[in-house]
Amino acid sequence: MTTAALGRLLILCALLVSAAGAVSGFASGANGLRWTRRLAYAFGAFMLLATLVMERALLTHDFSVSYVAHVGSRQVPVWVTIVSLWSSLEGSILFWGLVLGLFIAAATRFASRANDESMPYAIGTWLACGSFFSFLIAGPANPFQTVSPVPLDGPGPNPLLQNHVLMVAHPPMLYLGYVGMTISFGFAVAALLRGHLGPALLRAIRNSLMLSWIFLSIAIMLGGWWAYEVLGWGGYWAWDPVENASLLPWLTATAALHSIVVVQRRGVLKGWTATLVLGSFLLTILGTFMTRSGVFNSVHSFTQSAIGPTILVFLAAVLIGSVTLLALRIDALENEGRIDAPVSREGTFLVNNLLLVLLTFTVLIGTVFPLVVEAVNGKQMSVGRPYFDSMVVPAGIALLFLLGVGPALPWGAATREQIRRALLPPLGGAFVLAAIGIAFGVRNAWTILTLACGGYALQVTAVQLARLRRSRRGAGAHVIHLGVVIAMIAIAVSSTMRVQSEVVLQTNQTAAISGYQVTFLGSEERSEPHRASTVARVRVTKDGRDVTTLEPRMNHYEMMREPIGTPDVYSTLAGDLYVSVASIEQNRAGLLLIVTPLVSWIWIAVLLMAMGGVIAVVPWPLTRPLAPLGATLSPQAGRGEIATEGLATR
Amino acid sequence: MKPNLSATDVMRRRTRRFVMLALAVAALAFLAIAAGGINDNLVYYWTPTDLRAAGNKAYGATIRLGGMVKAGSIRHATAGTTGVEFDVKDAGAVVHVKSSGVPPQMFRDGIGVVVEGTMTRGGSFESHRLMVSHNNEYKAPKPGHPVDQKEMTKYIEEAR
Repeated sequence: MTTAALGRLLILCALLVSAAGAVSGFASGANGLRWTRRLAYAFGAFMLLATLVMERALLTHDFSVSYVAHVGSRQVPVWVTIVSLWSSLEGSILFWGLVLGLFIAAATRFASRANDESMPYAIGTWLACGSFFSFLIAGPANPFQTVSPVPLDGPGPNPLLQNHVLMVAHPPMLYLGYVGMTISFGFAVAALLRGHLGPALLRAIRNSLMLSWIFLSIAIMLGGWWAYEVLGWGGYWAWDPVENASLLPWLTATAALHSIVVVQRRGVLKGWTATLVLGSFLLTILGTFMTRSGVFNSVHSFTQSAIGPTILVFLAAVLIGSVTLLALRIDALENEGRIDAPVSREGTFLVNNLLLVLLTFTVLIGTVFPLVVEAVNGKQMSVGRPYFDSMVVPAGIALLFLLGVGPALPWGAATREQIRRALLPPLGGAFVLAAIGIAFGVRNAWTILTLACGGYALQVTAVQLARLRRSRRGAGAHVIHLGVVIAMIAIAVSSTMRVQSEVVLQTNQTAAISGYQVTFLGSEERSEPHRASTVARVRVTKDGRDVTTLEPRMNHYEMMREPIGTPDVYSTLAGDLYVSVASIEQNRAGLLLIVTPLVSWIWIAVLLMAMGGVIAVVPWPLTRPLAPLGATLSPQAGRGEIATEGLATR
Repeated sequence: MKPNLSATDVMRRRTRRFVMLALAVAALAFLAIAAGGINDNLVYYWTPTDLRAAGNKAYGATIRLGGMVKAGSIRHATAGTTGVEFDVKDAGAVVHVKSSGVPPQMFRDGIGVVVEGTMTRGGSFESHRLMVSHNNEYKAPKPGHPVDQKEMTKYIEEAR
C-alpha cells in the first residue's frame, strides 16, 4: 500500500469512528457511555497515526504524497521539514484534526466522574466536530492524494515561514487555543441539553476554557512578535483580518472566564455563560473560515477551493444549532441567586462582560464589513486602523480601570464606608505611575490615563498577591491580572512613544536616533543551502560606546523572484532599536530606524498571563477550598467537586 | 397571565423591562458610533482609472492605489532626503505619485505597486506607504486587463 493510500485509509477510519461516536453519544446516552468513550480514544489514535504517516512522508521526501510534493523540498533544513506540516492549508487542517483527536481523548480520560451524566452529550458533540474535520481532511482538503509521476524535488514551504523560528511555535499554539474551545463547547452543549450546570461541569468548562485561553494568549503574542521580528514595519499589530480572527474568541473566552466566577460565587449568569462559551467556539470556526478560505483575498475567489464553502456550511450549521439550543434550553439553566448590589465585585464583572462583548462586536464589525460591501456591490475596500484604535482604546482603558476597581471591592452589598476604604488607597499607585510617565516625557492623554489606571490596578493586584499567603484562592487570576496590566501599559507606551526615521546611508556614514548612533559599515553576501542573503552590517553606539552590531538583511529564496527583507532588533527592557532595510546596494543602504520603548514587556507580560492561567487550572495540593457553607459534598464526588467552593458565601 | 402578582414580581418585571430598554438603547448607540467610525476610516482599493472616474470625490479619502510603475517616470529625491516621484498607470489612466520614505529594493520601472495615501488638488497622489509586488505567485496583468488590485495588495501585504 502506498503512503498516500495508507493516510487516506486512516482518515476514513477516523471519520467512521467519530461519526459512530457522535451517534452513540446522543442516541444511547449513559448506557452507551463506555462505547462512546472507546470511540473517542479510537478517533484520537487514528488522527495520531495519520499525522505520523504524514510526518514520515515529509521526512523521507516521499513526493508521491500530494502535500509533500506541495511543500516539501530536499534543500531545506530538517526543522523546516518537520514544521512543514502546518505551513500550508491541507497539512494545517490535518494538524487541526490531530490536536482535536488528542484533546478529545484527554478530555474523555480526565473529565471528573462527577460529570458522567453529561459526558455522552459532550463526547457526542466533540466527535460530531471530529467527523466534520475528518470529512474535510478526507475530501476538500485532502493532503494524502497520490501524485503521478512522482516529482524529484518540491518547492519547499512558503519562504516567509522559513524566515523566522517563531513560525515554528505560533501555528501550533493557535490551533491548541482554537481547538481547545471545542472541548468547552461540548461541555456547555451538554449542560444545555441536560438543563443542568452544576459545580463539577462548571469546573470542567472553566478548566478547558482556561487551557485554550492560555494557548490562544501565547499564540496571539507570538503572532505579534513574529510580525515585529519579520515583517519589517516595526509594529506588532495591524488589525489585519487574520490577527482579528485570533483576537475575537480570546475576547469572548475572557468574558466567559469572568462570568463563570459569578456563577460559582453567586449562582447567576448560567445561561449567559453558556452563550459566551458557544459564541467563543463559533468565533474560532469563523476565524478558521476567514484565515483558511482565502475569502479576504477576494470574496469571489474563495469558492475556487472547496474548503471555504465547506467550512461556511459547518459554521452556519453550528450557528443555527447553537441559537436553537439556546432559545429552547436557556431557561432550563435555573439561576439560584441574584445580584443585590451594583457597586460590588459581581457588579464590575457584569460591566467587564458588557465591555468585552462590545469589543468583540467592534472588532467583528470592522473585520467583516469590507466582505459584506464587496459581496453586495463588488467594491473593494478595507477598514482603516484609526477605526479600531478609536473604538478599542477607550474600551480597553475602561477594562483596565475595572481590573483595578473590581478586585478591590468586596462581594455582595457593602457599606459606603467599606467601599471608600477599599477604593481610595490605590489612588496613590495611580498618581505615582502617571507621575513617573510624565517625568519620562509621556504627553499623550490616553497613555497618561492608561498609566493612571494601570498604577491603580498594580497597587490593588500587589495587595491581593501579598494576601495570598493566607489563602491561595484566586492566585492565578491575580497573576494574570498583573500580566494584563503590564501588557496594557507596554502597549500604550510603545505605540505612542515610538520614534522612527528613514535614512539613506553611504558606507561609514552615521545617523542618530534617540541617543543611538547608527553607522552603515557595508554589505556582504552570505549563502545557506536554502537561501542567499545580502546583509547590511550596522554598528550601533550610544554615548561613544559600542552597543552592538546589527545585521538586517535581504533574503533571497530560490523559489521566489523577489527578496524578503528581515529586520534586526537590539532589545533591552527599556526599549528596542529596530533596523530594517528598504534597499541595500554595494555602498549605500536605505534603512528604517525605529526606537520603541517597553516593547519587550508585552511578550513578558503575556508569558506572565499564561503562567497565571496554569496556576489557575492546576489543582495544587495546597489550594484548600474554603469550607463550603451549606453545600452538600457527596463522599464519592472526588476531586472534581472542589468547585463547590463557588457556593461559599463571604 | 398569572392573576396574583406579588409586589416583588411586579418590581422585578419593571426592572427587567428597564434593563432591556437600557441595553437596547446602548446597543443602538454603539452601532451608530461604530458605523460612523467605519465610515470615516474606509480605505478604498482603486486603480488609476477608478481614481480618475471618481473626480472630485477622490480628494481627501484614504486610497490604496494599485497599478504599474510607468517606464522612465521614476525621479529620486535629491541627496540627503528620502522619497521618490513616479507615475502609476493601468490600461486607462496615469496618476502622478509623490511618495515619502525609502523605496523598497525591488522598486523599478514596470513593477506592480500599491501606494497608500490621498489625492491632492495639486494633481499628484501623496503617499506615505509604497509596496511593490513581492510574490512569486503574483502574475503581472496581461496588456489590456486591469491589475487585480486587491489580489496584488494581498500578495504584497502577506509578503511585506
